[in-house]
Amino acid sequence: MIFAVAMGAVLVTMGLALVRAAKGPTIFDRILALNMFGTKTVLLIAVMGFLTGRPDYLDLALVYALMNFIGVIGVLRFSKYGHFADPDRKDVA
Amino acid sequence: MDLLVDVVGGGLLLFGAAFALIGGIGLIRLPDFYTRIHGAGITDTLGAGLILSGLMFEAGVSIVTIKLLLILLFLWLTSPTATHALANSALETGLKPRLADGEEAASTP
Amino acid sequence: MKYLIGLMIALTGTWVLWSWHFTTALLSYGLASCVVVLLIARRMRVVDREGAPIDLLPVLVTYLPWLFWEIAKANVDVARIVLHPRMPISPRLIEVRATQKHDLGRVIYANSITLTPGTVTIDTEGDLITVHALTQGAADGVLSGEMDRRVSRLGSQS
Repeated sequence: MIFAVAMGAVLVTMGLALVRAAKGPTIFDRILALNMFGTKTVLLIAVMGFLTGRPDYLDLALVYALMNFIGVIGVLRFSKYGHFADPDRKDVA
Repeated sequence: MDLLVDVVGGGLLLFGAAFALIGGIGLIRLPDFYTRIHGAGITDTLGAGLILSGLMFEAGVSIVTIKLLLILLFLWLTSPTATHALANSALETGLKPRLADGEEAASTP
Repeated sequence: MKYLIGLMIALTGTWVLWSWHFTTALLSYGLASCVVVLLIARRMRVVDREGAPIDLLPVLVTYLPWLFWEIAKANVDVARIVLHPRMPISPRLIEVRATQKHDLGRVIYANSITLTPGTVTIDTEGDLITVHALTQGAADGVLSGEMDRRVSRLGSQS
């Protein structure tokens, strides 16, 4: 029961993050919302593992945390440079 | 004893969910990008911390607890990095923070 | 050398914890991938005090509980502001000098500031750290320099 309530709250938070991602107004607001959405997804997966009695879900939660972090850094780099190449290296770009 | 663990774990879980929700409300209510970061900070620190701690209580002493602890440590290591990267790129792109009463930046001597 | 060994212990520990299967095949895959990661890390020259800060582990034991308590207090403050009908925020930018000698200490300090809700490090240049604070109270907390002193003490003990 408590798990379901916590899951509901996390889902509502994710919804609020989506609203901010849709409203913007700057790209950074959207990335911030995306980052928060990702963190909440990690929590959602973890709580869901307990709700369904399958703690194996935690492995997925960790993988999602990794992907979320790398994804945010990647999007930031892309929005700054417009490509993923190392700005200091001209031989690979 | 079991009941106590359930009550403490459930309480932590509910408090964590409440803080996550407050962070979400902050993300909507706060007026500009730099202040919204602080709202997102609530969900990333205490929201995630309390929810995962609550789950740790529910799980008892097992491998699941250690995995939850590792997820929490990982989140707490990466979230300031991501937040700083985000705020710094916003600053470098020229997004100006809206300050109170147009005050100048204060600094320590 | 001690950083290499420390990193190896951390990597194999992580593998064992997440796999939690003890068959010969899986353990040897784990060992092989840890060795490959170590070789790559050494080739990237990141196996040093910064890449594998194992000497910090003992002193972190005293710092982390203090930091968690600060984070909890700051969270309640920010939560109260967010839920307040008029939202009494007074955002400001402040600059503080970090007194840590090494980059690693400064990173810990700057990240601790960011991790505490109400204050976010938005720029670092040398030992000058620019902080965005949500309220005057949060700004005063950073300006008081207690966190700075505690992080500096971390570095001097290791």
